[in-house]
Amino acid sequence: MLHYIGKRLLHLIPVLFGMTIIVFLIIRAIPGDPAQVILGQQATAESIAALRDALGLNNPWYVQYFDYLKNIFTGDLGDSLRTSRPISSEVWPYLAATFELAFFAMLIAVIVGMNAGIISAWFQNSWFDYTAMIIALVGVSMPIFWLGLMEQWIFSISLDWLPTSGRQEVRDPVTAVTHFYLIDTLIQGRFDQFIVVVKHLILPGVALATIPTAIIARMTRASMLEVIRSDYIRTARAKGQRMFVVIYKHALKNALIPVLTVIGLQTGLLLGGAILTETIFSWPGVGRYLYEAIGYRDYPVIQSGILIIAFLFVMINLLVDVLYTAIDSRIKYN
Amino acid sequence: MAELIRNLPQTAEQEKVAGPWKEAWRSFRKSKSAVAGAGIVIFFILVAIIGPMLAPQGINEQNLAIRLLPPSSEYWFGTDDLGRDVLSRILHGARLSLTVGISAVILSAFFGSLLGIIAGYYGRWIDTIISRVFDIMLAFPSILLAIAVVSILGPSLRNALIAIAIINIPNFGRLIRSRVLAIKEEEYIHAAKAIGMKNSRILWRHILPNSMTPIIVQGTLAIATAIIEAAALGFLGLGAEAPQPEWGKMLADARMFLLNAPWAMIFPGVAIMLTVIGFNLMGDGLRDALDPKMKN
Repeated sequence: MLHYIGKRLLHLIPVLFGMTIIVFLIIRAIPGDPAQVILGQQATAESIAALRDALGLNNPWYVQYFDYLKNIFTGDLGDSLRTSRPISSEVWPYLAATFELAFFAMLIAVIVGMNAGIISAWFQNSWFDYTAMIIALVGVSMPIFWLGLMEQWIFSISLDWLPTSGRQEVRDPVTAVTHFYLIDTLIQGRFDQFIVVVKHLILPGVALATIPTAIIARMTRASMLEVIRSDYIRTARAKGQRMFVVIYKHALKNALIPVLTVIGLQTGLLLGGAILTETIFSWPGVGRYLYEAIGYRDYPVIQSGILIIAFLFVMINLLVDVLYTAIDSRIKYN
Repeated sequence: MAELIRNLPQTAEQEKVAGPWKEAWRSFRKSKSAVAGAGIVIFFILVAIIGPMLAPQGINEQNLAIRLLPPSSEYWFGTDDLGRDVLSRILHGARLSLTVGISAVILSAFFGSLLGIIAGYYGRWIDTIISRVFDIMLAFPSILLAIAVVSILGPSLRNALIAIAIINIPNFGRLIRSRVLAIKEEEYIHAAKAIGMKNSRILWRHILPNSMTPIIVQGTLAIATAIIEAAALGFLGLGAEAPQPEWGKMLADARMFLLNAPWAMIFPGVAIMLTVIGFNLMGDGLRDALDPKMKN
């Protein structure tokens, strides 16, 4: 197990290096001179040249790349051009917002998706099964930004049940400690604010959860159907155990492994989906942070934002792979 | 007895005719959802071809007197904030969305297969390099990579197409590479090598045709994703430009008028969803028909 983790981490090194190269190249390839952007249109040629020199933009590319690498290793992600603050400290609240949203979405996806899949398999070919699988098909085929807009139209604008956007009530802001507002409101004993935060989470959470829910439901159903037909389940039924116990206690355990794979993969993909969801719901997460940076041509933020998201994506995928060993001892790693 | 003999070659003949493609077609036809998917896809392809001719209005015929009108017998899908007929724009947009989705997938299937075949067949350092590059590309969430590519090339529909093609290359590449690795060890390939067939000829005559089914299946499903990705880029303002009636761009424009004119947002979204459902159903059906082993 440890050997496997070590090996996977070693494999990660070239990938991470490759990522830094790609991000470095992307930023260099974006048209426009960063010095010009920082100083604005009115800047003189001399001041631009001086700033280019100060930023090291006149150095050969490999010197620039190694400077960049050195900075990353020392935890220096650069300063935002827009706010002039160091990105490494500025980014945390955004990351926390994204984590909170992604966690909430995954919670919905796992609870709804797994149960829908289990019930569909249990009552195969029933009306529930058909309806659930049609909804799952629609779910994977729907652009989530469109679903987000529909939610806003129905639940915020027409019915006025839930807030349209944002993360909190502007007039009564949450005092940030960890920047996970669900936790922050609870440790401060502000249950009224906790409810408000949950209300803000529902619409973006559901939009972000749609695709994983659909995929988890399909996977659970397929995997359950396979397990239900096996001998030990028949034995459990023959012993006279209730179907509910057989399904949730015996079958689920073995049906879970492929489902976990999908859950892991989808958790990584949520990060991509978060960019769109956060844009629609003005959710102050890292996706939106990055998207706004593109609008402002805030190169250091674009560069670090892409790297952070990609790094998290790789780490989540690694974590998922490692978790299998803990769950399924049949899987052997070489 | 004479009749029996007369019948013999005929049956042999019949068996020869029922090749793998015919077999696949038979099983595809049996699946209701696959046929429904194919029906939807054909419908939207027809819309893309003749839709612009049927559209009551042009792409950008503005008439502020009729702005934000709800659906009626005259304007079936209502009008948008500039007084343009939403139905007409969706009909025109079908061509854009389908062209982008299908061309992006053809491009990525072509380059992905090429790289996958090279990596799988030649192995060694070429394989290491290509596979590592694929790993790195897959290490980025795809929409993020697409955004990055578009910010280099500049926002436009053509560049969105290129971005989508690039981000899908590793998916095809990996698929074909693993397929080639499996086929390479088959006896008929060893036999071909033994009789002195050249590598290029083996690749072209044996490996490529035998890798076609996963490309077709993956390609159909990838078109569904590509259409959504193109719409997402359009929605973020990184794809189609005004006044192009690309469906994602239409959603972005309609966003400001959610309260007054939800129809301008509903119908383009339904169009995207239906097209994607069509390609997904058809892709699933093709997978079951062509390659039952791929079914999970």
